[in-house]
Amino acid sequence: MGWPFTSANVLRKDGKMSSQEENIKIRTSGVTVHYGAAQALHGIDLDIRANEVTALIGPSGCGKSTFLRCINRMNDVIEDCHFGGKIEIDGEDIYSGEIDVVELRARVGMVFQKPNPFPKSIYDNVAYGPRIHGLASSKDELDHMVETSLRRAGLWQEVHDRLHTSGSGLSGGQQQRLCIARTIAVDPNVVLMDEPCSALDPIATAIIEELIEELRSQYTIVIVTHSMQQAARVSQRTAYFHLGHLVEHGDTDRIFTNPANKQTEAYISGKIG
Amino acid sequence: MGSEHIVSSFDNDLAELNHMVARLGGLAEQQFAAAVEALETRNTSNIDAIVEADKQLDKLEFELNERAIEVIARRSPMAKDLRRIIVALRVAGNLERIGDYAKNIAKRSRVIIEHEKSLGDNVSIARIAGLTQQMINQVLDAYATGDAELAMDVWDRDMDVDQLHTSIFREVLEQIGADSERVSAGSQLLFVAKNIERIGDYATGIAEQIYFVKHGEFPSQTRPKADDSSSSAIDQS
Repeated sequence: MGWPFTSANVLRKDGKMSSQEENIKIRTSGVTVHYGAAQALHGIDLDIRANEVTALIGPSGCGKSTFLRCINRMNDVIEDCHFGGKIEIDGEDIYSGEIDVVELRARVGMVFQKPNPFPKSIYDNVAYGPRIHGLASSKDELDHMVETSLRRAGLWQEVHDRLHTSGSGLSGGQQQRLCIARTIAVDPNVVLMDEPCSALDPIATAIIEELIEELRSQYTIVIVTHSMQQAARVSQRTAYFHLGHLVEHGDTDRIFTNPANKQTEAYISGKIG
Repeated sequence: MGSEHIVSSFDNDLAELNHMVARLGGLAEQQFAAAVEALETRNTSNIDAIVEADKQLDKLEFELNERAIEVIARRSPMAKDLRRIIVALRVAGNLERIGDYAKNIAKRSRVIIEHEKSLGDNVSIARIAGLTQQMINQVLDAYATGDAELAMDVWDRDMDVDQLHTSIFREVLEQIGADSERVSAGSQLLFVAKNIERIGDYATGIAEQIYFVKHGEFPSQTRPKADDSSSSAIDQS
């Protein structure tokens, strides 16, 4: 079992800075994805730093969600989807045969575009992960995990007196925070978010964005968003994808004020590229 | 100054801001030329009109500020679009200040003309004013076309203005030192020269903004400076 992925390479033979020194959490090199004959990603080399929010932006069909799903091997379940290249988390190859994919997905959690709480109580939604992974040894410990996760997701104050009511009875924004609580209940290192606010109103969006900022001290976050303003607000690094290629990657401050690539400039400015 | 947006009304917004800056620039240029002409021709008849016309500049700058804020709020501009709007605001501020200096030159010219006939003939004032007018004219062209090279040409010439200002400062100081009756008009002329030098600085500042729009950073070199007037004094020996 390769987890908990703490064996960062300190000294590398090629003389490059090590993962530890650069604080790189996820290192991807030459990542390709084919859906049958169609190539969706063309050799993506992207390093993602720990405890930062990295935003993946680009027009529909550019490959950003495909890339995101590679990070917890969600594409494995898609028939005829073929992965190439290498993705390392804390120096560990997550596509090696030794990796337990179920555990990988617990450690690399994912929040989806549409809130998708289980048709269970609020409590059971959050307790689900710790239960199936056997993380709690007692009811008290499980209660503590549920409470901690709901607090971290900024939902505890709103639901603590109705934990055993249905999660689907919450508002859209609350449901999304419940999904975030469910994701972090299994203590992941990395949280992937695929357009987590696209179905939410501006207030619920602001609450999620505030939550993302709070969560990044404990997790490495990768977010796909179609909102340039959201990417600019929440992320420290931004990667621009176009037609399956990584066009540009850098500090968010620079990408949105002075991008190096004309395609990036055209996209973020709403111009005909 | 950039390719078309998918939302074409955003292009119209940016074009409108450019147009407002051009109008402000034209007015500032006109005010400065009129003030210098009043001094050179010793004609005070136009001075009240110059002072009054400054209000138009103030009003137009205010309107541009409001419009720019609206565009930022509605369009959430990024990258070069954002730089263009921020720079339109800054350039408008510089042009409004040029208008203020022109008004001040006009007011001081009245005193000079009424108190001292010969000081108004100062050849160097005509030279520094001519050079600065050229800088404004050229920097406004550079703004309209987004020509950063032309803007940097203006930027380079600020040193000539500084040198001329230093020589005028020393020249007038000597005249005042030689004849105490010239203190009143002479000190006004020193302010006129300083105002013109400051107008040159504002033109240079606009040039830097044009460079920033194009490159996303300010010129890496230090701005050329040759104004030694602050260390000049009357020779008492």
